[in-house]
Amino acid sequence: MPYTNKQLAGFYRSMLRIRICEEGFVEPINNREILCPVHLCSGEEAIATGVCSALQKDDYVFGNHRSHGHYLAKGGDLKAMIAEVFCRDTGCSRGRGGSMHLIDPSCGMLGSAPIVAGTISLALGAAMASWVRGSGQVAVSFFGDGATGEGVLYESLNFAALKTLPIIFICENNLYSTHLSIDEIRVSRNIYKIGLPFGEKSYRVDGNDVLRVHEQTTKAVELCRNGKGPVFIECLTYRQRGHVGPDDNVQGTHTDIRPANEIKKWMKKDPIKLFEKYLLSQAGFTSGDLKKIQHAVDDEVQEAFDFARMSPFPAQEDLTRHVFSN
Amino acid sequence: MSSQTRKLSYSLAINEAFHQLMERDESVMLIGQGVKSPWYVGNTALGLIPRFGERRIIDTPVSENAMTGAAVGAALAGMRTIVVHPRMDFMLYAIDPIINEAANWSYMNGGKLPVPIVIWGVINRGGEQGAQHSQALQAMFAHVPGLKVVMPATPYDAKGLMIAAVLDNNPVIFIDDRWLYNTEDVVPEEFYSIPIGKGIIRREGKDITVVAISYLVPEAVKAAEELALDGISVEIIDPRTVKPLDYDLIHQSLQKTGRLVVADGGWKTGGIAAEIAALAAEKSFSNLKAPVVRVALPDVPAPASRTLEEAYYPRSKDICSAIRKLLNR
Ligand SMILES: Cc1ncc(C[n+]2csc(CCOP(=O)(O)OP(=O)(O)O)c2C)c(N)n1
Ligand SMILES: [Mg+2]
Repeated sequence: MPYTNKQLAGFYRSMLRIRICEEGFVEPINNREILCPVHLCSGEEAIATGVCSALQKDDYVFGNHRSHGHYLAKGGDLKAMIAEVFCRDTGCSRGRGGSMHLIDPSCGMLGSAPIVAGTISLALGAAMASWVRGSGQVAVSFFGDGATGEGVLYESLNFAALKTLPIIFICENNLYSTHLSIDEIRVSRNIYKIGLPFGEKSYRVDGNDVLRVHEQTTKAVELCRNGKGPVFIECLTYRQRGHVGPDDNVQGTHTDIRPANEIKKWMKKDPIKLFEKYLLSQAGFTSGDLKKIQHAVDDEVQEAFDFARMSPFPAQEDLTRHVFSN
Repeated sequence: MSSQTRKLSYSLAINEAFHQLMERDESVMLIGQGVKSPWYVGNTALGLIPRFGERRIIDTPVSENAMTGAAVGAALAGMRTIVVHPRMDFMLYAIDPIINEAANWSYMNGGKLPVPIVIWGVINRGGEQGAQHSQALQAMFAHVPGLKVVMPATPYDAKGLMIAAVLDNNPVIFIDDRWLYNTEDVVPEEFYSIPIGKGIIRREGKDITVVAISYLVPEAVKAAEELALDGISVEIIDPRTVKPLDYDLIHQSLQKTGRLVVADGGWKTGGIAAEIAALAAEKSFSNLKAPVVRVALPDVPAPASRTLEEAYYPRSKDICSAIRKLLNR
């Protein structure tokens, strides 16, 4: 696929923005400025970026517990996200939800929630709404390898296929579901094959290669818009941080059960470093070009963190607000 | 160390119950998300896998519905199963096997086959975890015929009620609270059980009765200690089992005090506190000198932000002010 420089710079900027946010959370988590559970997606930025860049603004996205990247890549407001992780009143969920509840309906991000697989059927419903209306919008469901244990995924795959709904199932397979390796929860690592018995077009891509993810998603979107959905895409990736928080430490004990050499191997496949290499060696970018993008993103993220820190917490008098909508 | 003085934390008391149950009876097994991980279940499952093996202690894929159904089915086929949900919120995927199947099985099959299963749901909240990682759903389960619901507040009761729940031939919902996990108290080393459906007086008093459940028991004790300084004498009752409820014990106390505050960490509307208030109106009306007051969660999902959490969760100060209001002091 031929890319314009603007597009390539956009991919880079999007991934970098996610990474710089994620890494920016490490210190405030460690010093307990941030209390809510934070599931960082460092290392998985190419998926959110590659998928969402293939979507239009009015396409729908639903996320899970690890959705900072999904929200940002879909165009969610940066300041409102950082403020939400700090649980401030200016956050995208007004401090009621925290890191696990990111939403920005203005750009099609209809929400994220930590009940594993809980939003898959909601994305199915968004696709159904589009199908009923004939509006051509596509819905994307982001979920992890752990979610393949839940029955609702298979119920959704079946119904989506039955009605040819415009939905793309994106499984971010990072090989672990909390403390269990994929081999402890499944007999096969080939997650993409679960779509096949339902007659779905199912693919696996290198989830650390933003261009491959973008290309596969672009094809999927086209199929969906032409009434040839659904599509299942498994993106292979790895998280660079803990399941929750910067690293897996429970009560002072190191509980990251992942082998050190496996972690090392995957750190070499850092999606941002890989893409930088590509931009410099094959796309004619200079290190100055990249620096310029880095500085701009740094400033923008710094400003968002300042905004969050200066924002007030929700007022206690407002505890009962928003239980119902007006 | 003598058995009369040996202290244990709440979570290790549960752990000891498992060791003793499994040692005694090979049909006892534990299945659920996270039994291998302290992040999920604290140290409640410590040492079980090395001792009893990965057939009787099973960490599972994220499949609450099927795993709970499997635990029910294994119980029907002669095992005594404990299925753990490291947060009650996750247990909602398993409502069908719990309510449609396990709770109804005995009655709809004319009592032909017992269902000796413990469905263990952990309340794990606070720390800005928000609406899906904080819920306390005891009232939902207490509503359903065919289920027993226990909510131990002390390490002693945690061990004794877990043993009673496993030995019971019926589905028992065992609900504990992570806020209690580090509480330490005397726990006998012997194998013992606490009768399901028997409450206990935690503190004797004459001015007012506080019925408190789970983490609100220690909060009520704190409140009573503070009020004692002002000469207010508070009787605290811990039902320990919310269904079947030991209402006789509450009634006896009301005959003495005539005033009732009920403290429960679930939502107010249709909650356990509402049920106890209704029983007081039905059975102790002539003893009551004042309206019953409920201390419970407002009808709001759990908020994330620390400021809202502080306003949301009832604590001893809320029990204190409820008591002071009732007594006009
Ligand atoms: C219904 C339910 N069960 C269990 C959990 C606890 N839990 C939180 S994240 C997670 C696993 C997630 O693994 P995966 O889906 O692969 O996503 P990842 O964290 O690897 O991004 C589990 C089991 C939950 N949140 N919801
Ligand atoms: Mg995973």
